[in-house]
Amino acid sequence: MPEIKGRIKKITSHRLFLPLLCLALVLLFNIATTPDFFKISIKNGMLYGYTIDIINRASELVILSIGMTLVVAASGGTDISVGAVMSVAAAICCFILSGGEHSVSQYQNPFALGIILALLASLLCGCFNGLLVAKLKIQPMVATLILFTAGRGIAQLVTEGQITYIRVPGYKILGSAIPGIPLPLPVFAAVFVALITALVLKKTALGIYIQSVGINSKASRLVGLKSSAIIFFTYVFSGLCAGMAGLIASSRIYSADANNIGLNMELDAILAVALGGNSLSGGKFSLLGSIIGAYTIQALTTTLYAMNVSADQLPVYKAVVVVLIVSLQSPFAHKLLQKLKSRLLSGNSQRRAA
Amino acid sequence: MKKFLAMFLIGALAALSFSGCSKTQESSSAAGETTKAADKASGDLVVVGFSQVGAESDWRTANTESMKSTFTEANGYSLIFDDAQQKQENQIKAIRNFIQQDVDYIVLAPVTETGWDTVLKEAKDAGIPVIIVDRMIKVSDDSLFTAWVGSNFEKEGTDAANWLADYLKQKGKDSEDVNIVTLQGTIGSSAQIGRTNGFNKVAKEHSNWKILAQQTGEFTQAKGQEVMESFLKSYPDIDVVVAENDNMAFGAIDAIKAAGKTCGPNGDITIISFDAVSAAFDAMEAGDINVDIECNPLHGPRVAEIIKKLEAGEKVEKLQYVAEGIFPAETAAKDRVGRAY
Repeated sequence: MPEIKGRIKKITSHRLFLPLLCLALVLLFNIATTPDFFKISIKNGMLYGYTIDIINRASELVILSIGMTLVVAASGGTDISVGAVMSVAAAICCFILSGGEHSVSQYQNPFALGIILALLASLLCGCFNGLLVAKLKIQPMVATLILFTAGRGIAQLVTEGQITYIRVPGYKILGSAIPGIPLPLPVFAAVFVALITALVLKKTALGIYIQSVGINSKASRLVGLKSSAIIFFTYVFSGLCAGMAGLIASSRIYSADANNIGLNMELDAILAVALGGNSLSGGKFSLLGSIIGAYTIQALTTTLYAMNVSADQLPVYKAVVVVLIVSLQSPFAHKLLQKLKSRLLSGNSQRRAA
Repeated sequence: MKKFLAMFLIGALAALSFSGCSKTQESSSAAGETTKAADKASGDLVVVGFSQVGAESDWRTANTESMKSTFTEANGYSLIFDDAQQKQENQIKAIRNFIQQDVDYIVLAPVTETGWDTVLKEAKDAGIPVIIVDRMIKVSDDSLFTAWVGSNFEKEGTDAANWLADYLKQKGKDSEDVNIVTLQGTIGSSAQIGRTNGFNKVAKEHSNWKILAQQTGEFTQAKGQEVMESFLKSYPDIDVVVAENDNMAFGAIDAIKAAGKTCGPNGDITIISFDAVSAAFDAMEAGDINVDIECNPLHGPRVAEIIKKLEAGEKVEKLQYVAEGIFPAETAAKDRVGRAY
């Protein structure tokens, strides 16, 4: 019995327990309302089902939340420019590939050139944010507010305010699937980014550096860490993540819609980090937590679609669930849960004694 | 090296912001030139100041073209055109400029519905008639504008539903159950409200029409695709998709094809769309969309008609709708000839 008790305690006190519980609750809710929510079939050689939709549609958010997690951890602030940077990357990629036209059915420039320049642009946006935050010590939200507002303007300038279409089958692959592979490509892109990031953080000391800078950047500098360089790096990385997410979003609709690509995604990315049990004031972080948070947000959206909640009420339901999840993870609820648990466990042992 | 990088970044940003400024300067100086031209020739020309939202879509570009080609000097007009780049404050500034230049008529394509009272009062005090095009405005006093020209979104909705009724009758399916889903526009926009209401009104008269679900796709292709994916899973036997603009229809078509179904005149699912932009005509010719209800951007001639009446001292009707067509896929190739957008 003590063994089981110990195991329960170990599971429930794990930092990913609550984020996972929330995701499970959102998903389980569907069994009651939509009986065939978890049904997966094969159509057109592709896996087909609500759950596939969730992991597919969440891909951009997962990539954004990975970058956001590091930014939050190192600087204790958020990068609110990611949505706008997505649209910049999409606009530049489509501008290069279309050669300035608004709708083409053939690449005007090599595909790789478009991708590389788009990622470079997002990297540059990240550098700009990093410079303001790490070197000029401007508050992260204010610093990234600049690109939050200017980013879409830049994207509009690049696309001349029009939606630029790239009607080439090859351009759609990144947002759909490679023939023969039953899962959509964005899923793999998200997993790839997550794996690489996790690997780099684990295999090098970077993860620990980011944490220590986030907990106390002055102390970290005194022990020989270049705090500002590490903060700068996280913003550059966040910009790059936003660029990749922007390319996927653009490929899904084979166009650059400067007004709408990544709209309000920065808020979802911050929410994903928070839902993952990460403190928004920096320091210790869990990459996996944020990723689970991102899937939870998409699961919620897909659930509400599946339940056919009418469009005008959609934001209200979303808000209610988010409030529930966040309060479930608050320290207050944590304490309450602990109390409940100890009472339950002591009750068990009493029964055994009797 | 690091310093160099920092300098470069700052330089790049500065260049960007300057290029933004110079663009506006260019356009304002261009406006200045037209003013001078207008002054020179304003002896017998009717001077019209037109404040346009911007150039965010093909539709908007066609709208601008329609105005420019109508109000030419050959037709007896002098047009002062101002592009507001999606900003209300630019439009207010433009209207004040028009008042100062003492134009004969002000034409406004408003970016938002509200916030026009003050500046339109100034125009009224100056005795300049204001004609609103496209979107409607909300003002405390209706006499602040002389007339409004735009689309009848509710009629577009009923047109779509009536087309569907005829189409089903032709196919001999008018007594079978028809399952319909609607991809709505941004909730609360006048196009969404009008098109949804218009379609639903007619749908109620047909007891065999079942509207399974209505969900917003926010007028974007990405959301249209995502919502359609969900619809296809919830309802395996959808017969008709009503997409309240073309972008959402494109997204829906992608989702339908990804699910291994077919759409269009020869497919399983009938697609009804609105706006009829040129890419939608491509889709109709490719056999993906069944019918597209036009949202006509060619406001120029109707506005010119109003101005002519006002010049002659006649009364004009307050609300005027532009004529809008219904384009089925079968005749799309023929209908699109001569369309500018």
